[in-house]
Amino acid sequence: MVESLKLLDRVQAINWNRIADDKDVEVWNRLVNNFWLPEKVPLSNDVQSWSTLTPHEQQLTMRVFTGLTLLDTIQGTVGAVSLIPDALTPHEEAVYTNIAFMESVHAKSYSSIFSTLCSTREIDEAFRWSVENPNLQKKAAIVMEYYQGDSPLKRKVASTLLESFLFYSGFYLPMYWSSRAKLTNTADLVRLIIRDEAVHGYYIGYKFQRGMELISQAERDDIKDYTFSLLYELYDNEVQYTRDLYDSVGLTEDVKKFLHYNANKALMNLGFEAMFPKQVTDVNPAILSALSPNADENHDFFSGSGSSYVIGKAVSTEDEDWDF
Amino acid sequence: MTSRSAVLARSDTTTARSVDGQPDTGTADLVYFSSVSGNTHRFVQKLGRPALRIPIHPDREPPLRVTRPYVLVVPSYGGGDGRGSVPPQVVRFLNDPHNRSLIRGVIGAGNTNFGEAYCRAGDVVARKCGVPHLYRFEVFGTADDVRVVAEGLDQFWTQQ
Repeated sequence: MVESLKLLDRVQAINWNRIADDKDVEVWNRLVNNFWLPEKVPLSNDVQSWSTLTPHEQQLTMRVFTGLTLLDTIQGTVGAVSLIPDALTPHEEAVYTNIAFMESVHAKSYSSIFSTLCSTREIDEAFRWSVENPNLQKKAAIVMEYYQGDSPLKRKVASTLLESFLFYSGFYLPMYWSSRAKLTNTADLVRLIIRDEAVHGYYIGYKFQRGMELISQAERDDIKDYTFSLLYELYDNEVQYTRDLYDSVGLTEDVKKFLHYNANKALMNLGFEAMFPKQVTDVNPAILSALSPNADENHDFFSGSGSSYVIGKAVSTEDEDWDF
Repeated sequence: MTSRSAVLARSDTTTARSVDGQPDTGTADLVYFSSVSGNTHRFVQKLGRPALRIPIHPDREPPLRVTRPYVLVVPSYGGGDGRGSVPPQVVRFLNDPHNRSLIRGVIGAGNTNFGEAYCRAGDVVARKCGVPHLYRFEVFGTADDVRVVAEGLDQFWTQQ
């Protein structure tokens, strides 16, 4: 399938004592501090909860997770690796190897969920579905095609859209179950994945913006046009994929808001203004607070809705750097 | 629009130094930190009000000392277990008791996909300094965030 992924011609011993871009060290440290493995999450505590889902809900959940597995596999074995030859610093190359490895951890963690909750027959059926669903396969094919193109900046666009947009039709479901107090340990694991993807999207988007500074205005305009046309292409397909999964449970419109909300952030990671207006990004508050306990509007002092705003709640700050 | 761009131009100059090499701290009631990715810088610029940027490289730049009450805008970069969520440059800035005495509120920046760590630096500063965490926005903020914060700050200062 992959014809010829470009490799670096020459490599020098990496010197972490001579840094060209502080962001490389900062993100490396962040990723290392965030490191986790699925074995640390007590998934077996979800067995009881899993049995309260209907067979159809169980099938939907498994299909969502095989779709996510496919994207993580692409990003781990092709996407993040394809960025290495384009790196501007040796430390950037190292960060991509970290990203690639974590994507493989993510892909494997869905298998941990499956083996904890499902039978072998069900697992095989779900993976078969992932091979046969045309919209999932199309999503994978679009991204794979761009990874093999000849433009470093376009590869970063495709990568950031994958990290910050394409996962979210899938991420919606465990957040939905979590908001209903179901599969809460699985949701804990998925939140770790979401956090990693957020750092990945931020970093690749940052490197994209640095690259944009090095080209002419005409080239920048071209890349911007390309970004939006790729986003439209992926979005149209994503809506179809969302319907395939969620029409039967009546959640499609709710998921689409989550897609719009995250598409905006994918664009912002690339330095572009948000595209979807407020009216279509008003994500269900239950989903938002499943994602982040700080995300609800009670914290908005300025809008007047935040009469219950807090002057700092209990957060651990053990930093010895503080003088007070 | 004209008056807005005039103000914007003014805010652009706030990272520049006055003749004696010190930041001109006279009019700004907003202080912010932004890493080289520049997201928070971009948000602050869109607010169109004078603002002071905390130095990214404390070893190469003179420390920032404020002269009037201010609201601090601080980003969080996600993850960890709560340690190190406040950028070290911001810790250094607030370790100066004079700077700390003039803080009146915090605005947090981040990404809800960071989960519990979303805008945690803002929570930490709010708690340590005993001031309200006024608002949270993501990445470099939407047009709605800019409007709400611009109006909110105007109102906040009239109430102080």
